[in-house]
Amino acid sequence: MKKQEQSNPGQSDGKTYPCLCDETKKIIRTRVKEILNKFEPGSRSLVIPILQAVQGGFGYVPPDALDLIARHTGVGRNKIYGILTFYAQFTTTARGKYVLRPCQGTACHVKGAKNVINYIKKKLGVNEGETTPDAKFTVEPVACLGTCFLAPAMMVNHDYYGNLDEKKVEEVLESYK
Amino acid sequence: MPKIQTAKDLISLRQELLSKYDTAKTRIRVCNTGCRARRAVSVRDAFHKEIKSQNLSSKIEVVETGCQGLCAYAPVVSIDPVGIFYGKLTEADVPEIVAKVISKENALGRLCYSENQQSYPYLNEIPFFKSQKKIVLRNCGYINPTSVDDFIRRDGYAAISKILSGKKPEDVIEEVTKSGIRGRGGAGFPTGLKWKFARGYKNDTKYFICNGDEGDPGAFMDRAVLEGDPHSVIEGMLIGAYAIGATHGYIYVRAEYPIAVEYSTLAVQQAREMGLLGNNILGTDFSFDITIKQGAGAFVCGEETALIASIEGKRGMPRPRPPFPAESGLWGKPTVINNVETLANLPYIILNGGESYAQMGTKGSKGTKVFALAGRVKNTGLVEVPMGITLRQIIFDVGGGIERKKEFKAVQMGGPSGGCLPSQHLDTPIDYESIKEAGAIMGSGGMIVMDNTTCMVDIARYFLDFCQKESCGKCVPCRLGTKRMLEMVTRFTKGKAQEGDIEKLYNLAVSVRDTALCGLGQTAPNPVLSTIQYFRHEYESHCKDKFCPAGACRDLFRYEIEAEKCTGCGICLKNCPVEAISGEKKKTHLIDDAKCEVCGICVEKCRFNAIVPKPKKIVAEKNGN
Repeated sequence: MKKQEQSNPGQSDGKTYPCLCDETKKIIRTRVKEILNKFEPGSRSLVIPILQAVQGGFGYVPPDALDLIARHTGVGRNKIYGILTFYAQFTTTARGKYVLRPCQGTACHVKGAKNVINYIKKKLGVNEGETTPDAKFTVEPVACLGTCFLAPAMMVNHDYYGNLDEKKVEEVLESYK
Repeated sequence: MPKIQTAKDLISLRQELLSKYDTAKTRIRVCNTGCRARRAVSVRDAFHKEIKSQNLSSKIEVVETGCQGLCAYAPVVSIDPVGIFYGKLTEADVPEIVAKVISKENALGRLCYSENQQSYPYLNEIPFFKSQKKIVLRNCGYINPTSVDDFIRRDGYAAISKILSGKKPEDVIEEVTKSGIRGRGGAGFPTGLKWKFARGYKNDTKYFICNGDEGDPGAFMDRAVLEGDPHSVIEGMLIGAYAIGATHGYIYVRAEYPIAVEYSTLAVQQAREMGLLGNNILGTDFSFDITIKQGAGAFVCGEETALIASIEGKRGMPRPRPPFPAESGLWGKPTVINNVETLANLPYIILNGGESYAQMGTKGSKGTKVFALAGRVKNTGLVEVPMGITLRQIIFDVGGGIERKKEFKAVQMGGPSGGCLPSQHLDTPIDYESIKEAGAIMGSGGMIVMDNTTCMVDIARYFLDFCQKESCGKCVPCRLGTKRMLEMVTRFTKGKAQEGDIEKLYNLAVSVRDTALCGLGQTAPNPVLSTIQYFRHEYESHCKDKFCPAGACRDLFRYEIEAEKCTGCGICLKNCPVEAISGEKKKTHLIDDAKCEVCGICVEKCRFNAIVPKPKKIVAEKNGN
């Protein structure tokens, strides 16, 4: 697995890399252990719920966590990495404070979801999968939100917004500033 | 929470709840699930505030419900017992609504459902609801999904109680078989038969799984049931678990449905506290409990063997069948996996009898089906109709017809596994076999209506893109096949297709369909096959003329304002973001191709359908030579 490189936010690849000094590593390991204590050890079937809990706690799965999860569940680190990269929900890079999930479902597509993505890209200056330099917004298109009657739609963290046009997208983004 | 230890306890509780329930009290039902995307939270809070400030709590109750179905009018509110429906409200409308409720005046016209310039204030008159028959959605939109009391008051858990009062598992399977119900997830396998197989495999440990991984883009039926009536799913699982002899169950819900996860988790907790899940249910030796599992963003996990792998903590990769899960499923034990909608039908079937259920529908497709009606139709939302109703009836009578004064072009059924049916199939009845013969599939219920601005080649590309991303990668036909099909269709949309490409695409699609390991790969070619079947002329236009007639593939058309239709109103000019339109008032306007970015805003704004896609000029000149 590639070693995470320390870098500044606002790096040109659009991804946000968390600081990896020893202090941060210690904090990460402590918090991951706290999360792991809630789960029965040695159980393979708990790998996904554990990853979900770790992602819920940090907003992403810190690569340092894999070691600890492997030891707790008894599942090899490479297998856990395989699971982590298989499911779209998980990410090893930190996301912004607000995750924008423009819906790419059929109904949204038929009603102009492409334009919504373009408006977001225009307003924030980042592409799909990227985070703004101020670490505020991450754009993560999702396959379908099940809000088809309000197409085109998007979620911002756990909130839904529908019937989007350029003006509404702008309003939504402003409300999170 | 009261403990329900016997069938008698349940009956007493129900009677107590019914006696306490004042049917004459005014209840304002506010949708608190899907409608959250359109101000429902602030509308709901406004109602609470208004009723409190006016000291009306003893007269009016605000009920926070699940989906009421008419989502196009979100946020929606229904008022009982007077039976008035309001939609598209804002918080500002709330005080007036409450005042009118109290004074019993006529309904507020501006917030009512309207069709053909006529207003329909009353639920029992609204055309959208007339052809519907709510069985799966019997409680959805009527009860508070976080209240187990609401569920029990409306005969909740009466079906499992009836079964546990002396019916044998074989009797239950018989009843379900009689009903003729087929899996609502899309495959349509007879549920009674699946249970019979699972029952036949002897094992102390068996599993019963609810498949809530509704991944089809455009489908939100299961979401509505899990958010609006989660206990009905639990009851369905209890019925199934008893029938096959299962000891433990799972509800696998997509993580992208946070409200569904929250409400189903709460419902399981409530059922457990009341003793309806756990050991010795209703005083019998039937024990069953449920764990909620969240999906992690993989569409393929809707496939039963991939779902099982996911619960086992592995990558969601399907495996060959046989053995089928009924014989060897989760951790090698006999397992039944049923869709959310299938399960929500079971309490009705048990309480009313399989024969009663079989009275509805057609010969091969019994009962009702829930559809998520979306796309270019006026009344987008959730509908439940008896099988046998025609597509025309759903789209035009229930759906209200095509919006924006456009023409119907096709209806897509079955998500990425399905097909697009054109207008010659509008009178096809909704029935597993009839839809299949027409070239699509029933699917889980997603129904996307398309008009003449939808490019069918682009739709094929859209679904292939989806399948390609979601392909697990295990088998070559799907992993490589979807990639190559996507590349080929994309070439069409970019004007790079060549002579013979349609045949090549068709042959590849057939090969993938016939050789892929699981349902995802086997059905991924369907959108391609059905669009080639019914819209070949569009593929040919993209290939030979390098022109997209629908005006969707940006590289293959330009916009032109038709003189006969243009009134010179200037709306297009005002809204063009790059100032590419010029013209004087009341005179035909003109689009400058050099500046135009083909964004489509002018087309959206034009009220006369005067702006149409035309072949690009350079290509037209070439053809002229």
